[in-house]
Amino acid sequence: MNFKRLLPLICLLSCGPAVSTACAQTVQYNRDVRPILADKCFRCHGPDAAARKADLRLDKSEPAKVNRGGYSVITPGKPDQSELIRRVTSTDNDLRMPPHDSGSQLRAAEVEILRRWIRSGAEYQPHWSFIPPRRPSIPKVGRSNWPRNAIDHFVLARLEGEGLRPAATAASSTLIRRATLDLTGLPPTLDEIDAFERESALNPQLAWQRLIERLLASPRYGERMAQVWLDAARYADTNGYFTDNNRTMWLWRDWVIKAFNENMPYDQFTIEQLAGDLLPGSTTDQKIATGFNRNHMVNNETGIIEEEFRVEYVVDRVETTATVWMGLTLGCARCHDHKYDPISQRDFYRFFAFFNNVPERGLSGSGGNSAPILKVPTAELQAALSKSRLAVAAAEREFAAVSQKLDQAQAEWEKTAIARLRTPIKTSLKVRYALDAAAPRLAASGSLKFAPGIIGNAARFDGDAYLSVADSVDFDRKDAFSIGVWIRPESAGCVISKMDDAADMRGFDVTLRKGKALVNLVHRWNSNAIQVATVSSIPGQQWHHLVVTYDGSSKAKGVQVYLDGNLQPVTVRHDSLSGTIRNEQPLRIGRRQASAPFNGLIDEVLLYDTQLEAGRVQHLATEQLVRGVLSRAPRDRSDELKRKLRALFLSSYADPQQSSLLKRLDRLRKGAARLAADMPTTMVMQESKTPRGAFVLDRGQYDQKGEAVTASVPEFLTPGKTANATRLEMAQWLVDPRHPLTARVTVNRLWQQLFGAGLVRSVDDFGTQGDRPSHPELLDWLATELVASGWDLKHTLRLIVDSSTYRQSAVRSPEGTGNDRQNRLLARGSRFRMDAEMLRDQALAISGLLVEKPGGPSVYPYQPSGLWAEVTYDSDQSYPQSSGSSLYRRSLYTFWKRQAPPPNMLVFDAPTRETCTVQRSRTNSPLQALALMNDPTFVEAARKLAERIMTESKATASDRVAFAFRLATARQPAQDEIEILLDVFSEQINEFSRNKTDALLLLKVGHSIRDESLDAIELASWTTVASLILCLDETITKP
Amino acid sequence: MNQFCDNTRREFLKSSATGIGAAALATLLNPDLSADSPHAAPRAKRVIYLFMHGGPSQMDLLDHKPQLAQRRGIELPASVRMNQRLTGMTANQKSFPVTPSVFNFKQHGESGAWLSELLPHIGSAADDLCFVKSMQTEAINHDPAVTYLQTGHQQPGRPSMGSWLSYGLGSENQNLPGFVVLLSRGSAARPDDPLHSRLWGSAFLPSNHQGVTFRSAGDPVLYLSNPPGISEETRVRVLNGLKSLNRKQFQITGDPEINTRIAQFELAHRMQMSVPELTDLSDETENTFDMYGIDSRRPGTFAANCLLARRMAERDVRFIQLYHRGWDQHYNLPTDLRLQCRDIDQPCAALIRDLKQRGLLDDTLVVWGGEFGRTIYSQGKLQQDNYGRDHHGRCFSMWLAGGGIKPGITFGRTDDFSYNVVENPVHVHDLNATILHCLGIDHTRLTFRFKGRDFRLTDVHGVIKKELLA
Repeated sequence: MNFKRLLPLICLLSCGPAVSTACAQTVQYNRDVRPILADKCFRCHGPDAAARKADLRLDKSEPAKVNRGGYSVITPGKPDQSELIRRVTSTDNDLRMPPHDSGSQLRAAEVEILRRWIRSGAEYQPHWSFIPPRRPSIPKVGRSNWPRNAIDHFVLARLEGEGLRPAATAASSTLIRRATLDLTGLPPTLDEIDAFERESALNPQLAWQRLIERLLASPRYGERMAQVWLDAARYADTNGYFTDNNRTMWLWRDWVIKAFNENMPYDQFTIEQLAGDLLPGSTTDQKIATGFNRNHMVNNETGIIEEEFRVEYVVDRVETTATVWMGLTLGCARCHDHKYDPISQRDFYRFFAFFNNVPERGLSGSGGNSAPILKVPTAELQAALSKSRLAVAAAEREFAAVSQKLDQAQAEWEKTAIARLRTPIKTSLKVRYALDAAAPRLAASGSLKFAPGIIGNAARFDGDAYLSVADSVDFDRKDAFSIGVWIRPESAGCVISKMDDAADMRGFDVTLRKGKALVNLVHRWNSNAIQVATVSSIPGQQWHHLVVTYDGSSKAKGVQVYLDGNLQPVTVRHDSLSGTIRNEQPLRIGRRQASAPFNGLIDEVLLYDTQLEAGRVQHLATEQLVRGVLSRAPRDRSDELKRKLRALFLSSYADPQQSSLLKRLDRLRKGAARLAADMPTTMVMQESKTPRGAFVLDRGQYDQKGEAVTASVPEFLTPGKTANATRLEMAQWLVDPRHPLTARVTVNRLWQQLFGAGLVRSVDDFGTQGDRPSHPELLDWLATELVASGWDLKHTLRLIVDSSTYRQSAVRSPEGTGNDRQNRLLARGSRFRMDAEMLRDQALAISGLLVEKPGGPSVYPYQPSGLWAEVTYDSDQSYPQSSGSSLYRRSLYTFWKRQAPPPNMLVFDAPTRETCTVQRSRTNSPLQALALMNDPTFVEAARKLAERIMTESKATASDRVAFAFRLATARQPAQDEIEILLDVFSEQINEFSRNKTDALLLLKVGHSIRDESLDAIELASWTTVASLILCLDETITKP
Repeated sequence: MNQFCDNTRREFLKSSATGIGAAALATLLNPDLSADSPHAAPRAKRVIYLFMHGGPSQMDLLDHKPQLAQRRGIELPASVRMNQRLTGMTANQKSFPVTPSVFNFKQHGESGAWLSELLPHIGSAADDLCFVKSMQTEAINHDPAVTYLQTGHQQPGRPSMGSWLSYGLGSENQNLPGFVVLLSRGSAARPDDPLHSRLWGSAFLPSNHQGVTFRSAGDPVLYLSNPPGISEETRVRVLNGLKSLNRKQFQITGDPEINTRIAQFELAHRMQMSVPELTDLSDETENTFDMYGIDSRRPGTFAANCLLARRMAERDVRFIQLYHRGWDQHYNLPTDLRLQCRDIDQPCAALIRDLKQRGLLDDTLVVWGGEFGRTIYSQGKLQQDNYGRDHHGRCFSMWLAGGGIKPGITFGRTDDFSYNVVENPVHVHDLNATILHCLGIDHTRLTFRFKGRDFRLTDVHGVIKKELLA
């Protein structure tokens, strides 16, 4: 049950002054009757043929009034001879409608409306929003000096009809703050306020118009408009499903900002985003624009059925497009005919067909953008890339000159290399497993095979086979030991272990997991254990020498990992070992006790009962490689090992000058490859050469194909192509001046942006279940004005902002609109809490922290640590918080991770951006209070505002309070307000004087540098006052 | 303590859509329903949902199939598989060898429930539990399956169960959120599958009904602590000043939302005390820690979260959602499942016992389970002592206990291969309908209109499983 739907009804009962037009003499179908029928009857007696009962539909006139063998459900003029009335009033549970078990019932007042409607002829009307808007005549009003433009005539006529008066014009400080926030998303500066107040005193209208022109021309305007559009377009920087990998769509976001700033006509804005790729000779920008319908989520979960998700992507495009342009709930017709609106399931799939031909996959890649994509080289990047390629070519030429000399030198070195090797040190070597062939001490499970390795053969593990050695080492946590091994891994798995899986994983092992080498020393996993992991990944399908050393300290820092002789940086994941790691299990090579089987080759396992030092590890790696490779005949040496030997020769034995040329070449090549990979891409729409067939999908299921359909628009709205239409034709159809919805839906959203609620409150539903407009004629006037102006958004906004309606004070007058709590009649201005982004941007602006840099990759401002790690796959992502100026960019540039969106945005009602949102909820919660008081974003802003207070304002404390107050609210505080803040200030001075450390701590919040020339106690005290001001209801409310 | 408390606070809370799950909201938007007059007599006042994220293996834990030992390694008969769709991970597998559990089962309690050796503690509580062996879902991949169980829909965009309850019933404790989420990582080597904030999101419901994550490191609730250098005295002083100025603003504008804001700042301040009091375990006895196991002393573990859940239940938090990750045993099942069970077995049993001894089990509904089950056939090669299992939606097992649920019974039955339900299927929607019923809510009547449609947790489905009810 939804409260707002009861409004007209309640009003009929009470005839309260607020919305009393519903109490007019005649009952109207659209206004009074349809809501009742739609709510109580249409589920079974509406447009959905499949759900229809008793072959009766009540949403159309003829079938409802037809003679059904001696009686009619509706007999115009005769309620008592209408079966409808008999049924809804019946006292017999078996006869009464709606059915007893549906839990719904008509109220007496609703029955009365139906009676009156039937008595007056039971006239049906088509749904208002499906009829194209006609330019209404401008109504006459009594207070003819109030209206400034047509908008005011409509609003005032309605108010006068209710016997109400509009509110006074708001104070000029309120006006400039309201308009600046509305049109740019940022607050006005003190200079701007001063200038406007001065000019207003002389000529209010001229001052206002100049202000509006300035704001509309500001580049901030595009950012403000884009902010709202990003919700509708479900824009985000990640893919959304499952592992939620990053994507790059900021080029599209920047296109939107630019389009708004250039005041691109809305019809063009529409066509380019929906079908820019299909425009003849489409430009790069027009292709980027089509990213609108690639902003939906994509899935990379291994194992998904691709078609299932591909269909979801197409459905998302349908639903988003229908909501954003038509306010239609087309998605309701995915599984069956729409229950309330005249949209059949077939209509849905004909519209679906427009978006069904993208050459895309259901399963996205492991990260980044999914095809089809567009590479968009920026000029800087392009230049850097050509420069880098030239450098590579030059280095190649240089190297070519010495390459032969190097070959000769290596051949010389190879002749004596083995002879010159130091003999391997055998001290502390407990045991060596050469793994050349099956050996009696090694019990093999499964079919172990052998293949050429580093020295002689190596054992090949296939994920099934492993080796176990009963009487091998028996290290405990207090013993120093080392493990050396050659590996050639093909996937994750355990290299070596002595571990009891069933006894809390007690023991030790070396395991590869997700490319990293992990060393575990475990008493009880994972509360009493050491785990370290290499930071870098170990490339698979090639040989590596891996050494783990341990000093017997029971501490993670006592564990070292070497790869190919080099000490590796490691991450400590657990460091809590305090119990024995001794266990009864054998030493296993290629598996844990019963898990983590290894795939690939393992050779030369050496176990030492000492912690090998770095030099010895390096020598071991070199020695084994040289001996292993060179002791084979040249024709038996694999290419891979030859390359490895070559690398060793270059790094340790070659003429440094010659080898440095090669190193330089490698570096340059990598640099060029990195630049090429950095080339930003963006996802775009494209049509496949061979179109996919589209079908009606039974119950909306991807694999339940029914009738084949071709792309077509829903005809009941506006004539359009009914078969084989293109996406471009669909976009053009949407902005056909005869389209009944597009212009209305658009102006309604603009209205919502400024007034907090649309003229139609259900911004996302203009269908029969949606709300009726509060001012139908005004809506139609604005819609026709938008079209007539050439879809000029700035013109439309200018009109609204210029109206007296917009300029009203938001103060509630008891005699004025006491009963109109929601301000449906617009007898006052609206005040409401700002959106999350505006709130943060305002704090940054007031404090002077804001860094205004348009566009580019998204940034990572403050958020509490650990929020990504606690939800991401394997907890393997952490938030890469920005530093420097990127901390202070406008909020629409904040990186949007769908899996874990920025918390200080979510708490202020930002949506998750998983689906299209055109209306945010607006809640008021204690979590918001906590964020305002304690989030470093706002605390740092308070600290910097305090610096401004001390450096930019006059010396008296009262002036300083007023300065800050005015920055936040645009108005001069009253004397008693100043005193409240002064009291806080002086008490803070006392408190911080007693606890100077506290003052210093507070001044450390945030990364921005503190002005050390200012007294810490005073600055901290002003910080507290500034924080209070940033929390004020007036500050966080758009006036 | 309530030095800022305002006599009119309650009035404002009632007059405005506000608070973290203020009960008043329900009565305002949903006149059919309120905490005072639910649809039916509620048996439970709150829910503790122990979500085992990843899909715990039913035939290794709860769905005992002793006769399968003889069929080890045979091909899963086509008559059992019935061309059911498989995930992309095993759809192309050439062989589907039947893989009986390596674990021993034994019977527990008077009810004689068969449980795996991995769950001895839960076994000791078997007579308090109601086992459902016949759960069903259409989803076969994590993201859609978890989203399905928690929101009633496989695709994102619907409110989570906790937010529905917060919306419908509000919070009984004005100083704590009505919907709390606690996360823990599994001990298995297998990577934890990802979670998403949508799983506790409010979607189209007002966003103050989204779940509030209580975190084990840093502030338990985001932004709870005062900034460094801000003392309690300063906080009080600032709040007093803020209130005076906001009141003046109210006198000027007459906007009732300002009074709500004043109340929210007071509530925030009370939360700064009530949340640390809740999360501070120092007043728990040694016996309690022993009962929940040694992990309960380590913040952020499932055991510690179970203990916190009991403390939240004591304080009347409406919906307490735990997620324990790591149950996705595609490979290395014997080893990893043992680790996962060790994480949860003792704490789950302790939670039941603890709630019971404190008289809270009667009106606390405890739900245990994951998003789907696992296949009887091995994913990859069936080895002597090692195997893995793929996702399986056609049957899986859960258990429920407490508020309104019949203890000591087993409901539903699967075929010999734990592959199909042969008796008393319980669909995801049925489970959700039954949970709502226990809370006194008719699942068909807890609705919210969005985009022209009255949405509900159970979509257009859901049958209350009366057999599960006490």
